[in-house]
Amino acid sequence: MKSAHFALMLLVIAATAQAEEFNIVHADKSTLGFVFKQMGVSVEGHFGKFSAQLKFDPAKPAAASAAIDIDLASIDAGSPEANDEVAGKQWFSTKVFPNARFVASAIRPLGGNRYEAVGKMTIKGKTQAITAPFTFTAQGRTGTAEGAVVIKRADFGIGEGPWADFDTVANEVQIRFRLQAEAGPAHK
Amino acid sequence: MAALILGTFSVGLYMHDLPLSPMKLKIFSWHKWAGVTAFLLVWARLAWRATHRPPLMPATMPRWQQLAAHAGHALLYVLMVAIPVSGWLMSSAKGFQTVYFGVLPIPDLLAKNKELGDTLREVHEALNYLMIALVAGHVGAALWHHFIDRDDVLIRMAPQHSQHKELTP
Ligand code: HEM
Repeated sequence: MKSAHFALMLLVIAATAQAEEFNIVHADKSTLGFVFKQMGVSVEGHFGKFSAQLKFDPAKPAAASAAIDIDLASIDAGSPEANDEVAGKQWFSTKVFPNARFVASAIRPLGGNRYEAVGKMTIKGKTQAITAPFTFTAQGRTGTAEGAVVIKRADFGIGEGPWADFDTVANEVQIRFRLQAEAGPAHK
Repeated sequence: MAALILGTFSVGLYMHDLPLSPMKLKIFSWHKWAGVTAFLLVWARLAWRATHRPPLMPATMPRWQQLAAHAGHALLYVLMVAIPVSGWLMSSAKGFQTVYFGVLPIPDLLAKNKELGDTLREVHEALNYLMIALVAGHVGAALWHHFIDRDDVLIRMAPQHSQHKELTP
């Protein structure tokens, strides 16, 4: 009886010690947006549906992992007309490529609460290496990773044909992400 | 300036039904720049109007016609201001900021709001149709003066026509 009690106590201690790992992403409190320039004017958009997996202990970034799957059809590109357009072949071709995916291969500390996620972004069947800097702030058991990265749409063939030149829609697109995750029991 | 407004009007009509393309986005921007230019010029026109009285209407004109003409002219001025303003507000509400000639950002007065944007589009459209109806009435009235009433109203709208000549019949 006594030893069972002791074992339970050990378990509790072990659980609290490892509870620093933020690994339950709250999709409803997370956002994935983007900003691009059209005729020199900034236009904002976002993706309504995406799922993210995260295992992040700020003290042990080397052990972290992160991946985001984006449902491209859930895009809001600024207007209903633009949403119809970007689903088409020349843009995301969402029938053929319904999802985009980012998988981090490493998360590196940059000092303070700043980190960078190094990984591969796949959109429309094309994969590119990207490095996304972000900050991580924890409040109690809730942590928020927030950052932005600029990608070039032409690298992924987003906007082909008449859209391929950059005088109406710029090549650079800034992706802004904000992932909120709760600290849960560490998965092994 | 009339040419600019009519040009902006025609471009507006034309672009409205275009399928989305890079050309459409360019035309939209041009329309907005032209509209903003018209808006700026209208103030110059209003300043001129405030400091220069137009010649009196011919005494031969019936009173109701004079009143109608005054009301029509006043409304035209109001529309020349209201149309670009409604275009600007619509653009803000639709979430597409206006950047004059791609250089000078014009502040968004409204936050993005789809329903409001759609309403303002209808306002912009309705004001435009009202304006074009008034312009048609204006042109019709001018021709009427010239060919039916045979007075000098049309002639004196011409820029070379000086105040001086008017006083000596
Ligand atoms: C003298 C000034 C202007 C005139 C005569 C004018 C005229 C027009 C006309 C006739 C249309 C088509 C209406 C329709 O059938 O829907 C239109 C559409 C439009 N105008 Fe203007 N406009 C003026 C100024 C402006 C300004 C200053 C802006 C913005 C800063 C603007 C933004 C727009 C936009 C965005 C549309 C397209 C609405 C849509 O189809 O979604 N306009 N305009």
